[in-house]
Amino acid sequence: MAERDHLEPGEQSPALARRFDEMLAEDDRIEPRDWMPDAYRATLIRQIAQHAHSEIIGMQPEANWITRAPSLRRKAILMAKVQDEAGHGLYLYGAAETLGVDRRDLLELLNTRKQRYSSIFNYPTTSWADVGAIGWLVDGAAITNQVPLCRCSYGPYARAMVRICKEESFHQRQGFDLLLTLSKGTAEQHAMAQDAVNRWWWPSLMMFGPPDDQSPNSAQSMAWGIKRFSNDELRQKFVDMTVPQADVLGLSLPDPELTLDGQTGHYRFGPIDWDEFARVLKGGGPCNEQRIAHRVKAHDEGEWVRQAAAAHAAKHAPVRALKPATEAVA
Amino acid sequence: MSEGTVDPMAPALFSYALRLGDDALILSQRLSEWASRAPEIEEDIALTNIALDLLGQARALLDYAAVIEGHQRDEDDLAYLRTERDFCNVHLVEQENGDFAHTIARQLFFSTYQLFLYEELISSTDELLAGVAAKGVKEAAYHHDHALQWTVRLGDGTEDSRRRMQAAVDRLWPFTAELFDADEVEKELAVHGIAVDPSNLRARWERAIHDALASATLTVPSTLWTSHGGRRGVHTECFGYLLAEMQYLHRLHPGASW
Repeated sequence: MAERDHLEPGEQSPALARRFDEMLAEDDRIEPRDWMPDAYRATLIRQIAQHAHSEIIGMQPEANWITRAPSLRRKAILMAKVQDEAGHGLYLYGAAETLGVDRRDLLELLNTRKQRYSSIFNYPTTSWADVGAIGWLVDGAAITNQVPLCRCSYGPYARAMVRICKEESFHQRQGFDLLLTLSKGTAEQHAMAQDAVNRWWWPSLMMFGPPDDQSPNSAQSMAWGIKRFSNDELRQKFVDMTVPQADVLGLSLPDPELTLDGQTGHYRFGPIDWDEFARVLKGGGPCNEQRIAHRVKAHDEGEWVRQAAAAHAAKHAPVRALKPATEAVA
Repeated sequence: MSEGTVDPMAPALFSYALRLGDDALILSQRLSEWASRAPEIEEDIALTNIALDLLGQARALLDYAAVIEGHQRDEDDLAYLRTERDFCNVHLVEQENGDFAHTIARQLFFSTYQLFLYEELISSTDELLAGVAAKGVKEAAYHHDHALQWTVRLGDGTEDSRRRMQAAVDRLWPFTAELFDADEVEKELAVHGIAVDPSNLRARWERAIHDALASATLTVPSTLWTSHGGRRGVHTECFGYLLAEMQYLHRLHPGASW
């Protein structure tokens, strides 16, 4: 009997394991029906789910300003952006489902704090300028992280990232444009923009994760072709890209040690407060409780709606199946 | 309309563009409150998408009102600097979201009305209104389909969902009569083929809604009281809070650009 092209999770086959390694070496994409090590699958599920959760939780700090957006044009842009994030969440849950998990179960893990989302969304959006700072800095950092994921070894994740990155880069430009308008506006608007950048700069640098020497899982993810650059490499790339943009904005970055190193061509920056990072990651950020409570409330208040939809489908599906010739009633 | 002459229709046309624009703007504002709160991610996308369509319609209509007025104000002045008494949306669109059933009932009533309105407004002799209607009719058809499907699912779903959907229909029913109020503005413009006289939409709307409620196993409410006055700038109490939230930041920085 010819060897199957896939095995049940947990089954081992030296030939398939060898094939998996060859595909990684040749930079081929692993697809859902290909054999993969359990740990590779588990790592991807965790990472894609965390990414999807970040999109869903990330809707909250920005949706916070939709009803108060100060012009109709900005309101339309912000609504479209929050809608894009919900869409990203959907593609990503879809990508995770190709690995044999269910979206409902993943959302349950989010709601019960068993899976994480990006810690950046545990900071509050207290002014309109925060919408711009999130677009410019948070989406900017996300793009830096995510562009290499378009070449991730797992096909469905890589393909989802291609579309997501296109939209994220649009969001980043919109955030930049929002801040530029504020920076060049009235003194109050300029101060609002500067204050937002001051608050979002350091948390944005933390988005790349702990320094390389404290990131135990990075090496394995790099070997699997899930991760292509180290945390510190990506962080440096982001800083190098962002500092000149701050000059164009006419805004300063809250780091007195930020200087261009003439020899390396890279910007040197001051120490990151990793204690704050660890505290927020563990649940001690200003909005950890609020974000999950909001999510759980939406989920609980929607329970009767989902039950009704399921009950309606169950009542009507068999009728249609029995009478295929009957025209469906609108 | 040639330059330099005052179009005798202008005041009525200005009011009409504002009425349609305010309906779309205020319903969009209400729907956008759902963002990140919907029962499913798909619904978060759908409700925000509908809000975005309505905001697009509102912007085209408010911009047109500003043009008719002679460019003294722009779309943002009209949205952010008018007071409650100057808004002329119907009461239905300003009603609070309530639970999902209330939002769906409001969507069913309004989108059915707006679909029928735009279907006729496509033939307006006013090019801009006809253009807004031609684009809006496709959007309204989707909004209507979305609301109709949910009305049927919730009405003919569980016992709890049926009770909630019926309560929502009952609660919002008194606000539907105002959709068909026609005053001098609509009547005058309708004579010239510019506007749609909404009173002519009523019979068709009632048939469609009766059919929808019947498919959803719901009953058509009867009511002694109906709510009117939005077109004249007399609103329900919840409207002031909506405007306070929508306008506060813009008003806090007079003359600023965003």
